[in-house]
Amino acid sequence: MEVAVSIITGLMILGALYAIHAKDLLSSVIACGIVGYSLVICFLLLKAPDLAIVQIVVDTITLIIMVAVVLDSSREELFLKPDTQGYVTTLTGVFLLAIFLYFFVISVQSLDILGKGSLRMAEQYINGAAQKTGSANLVTGVVFDFRGYDTMGEAVVLVTAVLGVLTILRIKGKK
Amino acid sequence: MIAYIMCFVLFLVGLYGVITKRNLVKIAVSLSIMEISVFLFFALLGYIDGGVAPIVDPADPARVYVDPLPQALVLTAIVIGLATTSMLMAIIIRLYRKYGTFDIREIKNLRG
Repeated sequence: MEVAVSIITGLMILGALYAIHAKDLLSSVIACGIVGYSLVICFLLLKAPDLAIVQIVVDTITLIIMVAVVLDSSREELFLKPDTQGYVTTLTGVFLLAIFLYFFVISVQSLDILGKGSLRMAEQYINGAAQKTGSANLVTGVVFDFRGYDTMGEAVVLVTAVLGVLTILRIKGKK
Repeated sequence: MIAYIMCFVLFLVGLYGVITKRNLVKIAVSLSIMEISVFLFFALLGYIDGGVAPIVDPADPARVYVDPLPQALVLTAIVIGLATTSMLMAIIIRLYRKYGTFDIREIKNLRG
């Protein structure tokens, strides 16, 4: 299992590198789709069918939005002017890499080995959840019952985002 | 362990794109790559060896289920990710219509 997930993650890394380096923006966006759809396979391997369904839908919508934006433009990543502040970028990158590496090492040491985790926290959600919530699907039970306020907040964020997109696309800019 | 490391490398690839690229669409793509690596990390945290998908089968109460809590969190995060991405693309297309380029060095008010 871990080997399969690692191989697919390796393919995702290759797709991500291509997405970042492609000259044509359309290829870049579609390579981003490769990463998203590989994530669906990972979710299925990790026994998360709900996530796989949602990720397929969301990734398709994201891809459509991005392709619409790119097709509306000249598509090329234009000429590369020499970057006068390249050393600033390099320094920022090294600095951030050091910080993230430090915290990654700390947090991974405190984690369980993959696949050997305990259900200490989730036992409250699993035991008798089907009777408490009336839902055979435990994920649905958690999302819509135990953490219903979270889901309400999520809906508020979605409405706000839709209103924001409509507002941004409608206003007339100053010339 | 290898899977965690690969996940971290995927995150770093996205970070590299955000830092080095000067094209707004590439920055949006890199951000969604970082997002995806975090989703994968959460799904890995909830995995249990020999577990089945968290759908209760009353006929067989002794089954081991994978942890439903990280899956519920990721479910929320995926939808929020869609909202942020669409917002980002709306802003990008406005900027393109005003300035005619995706290059953030060319865009006057975003020049750093």
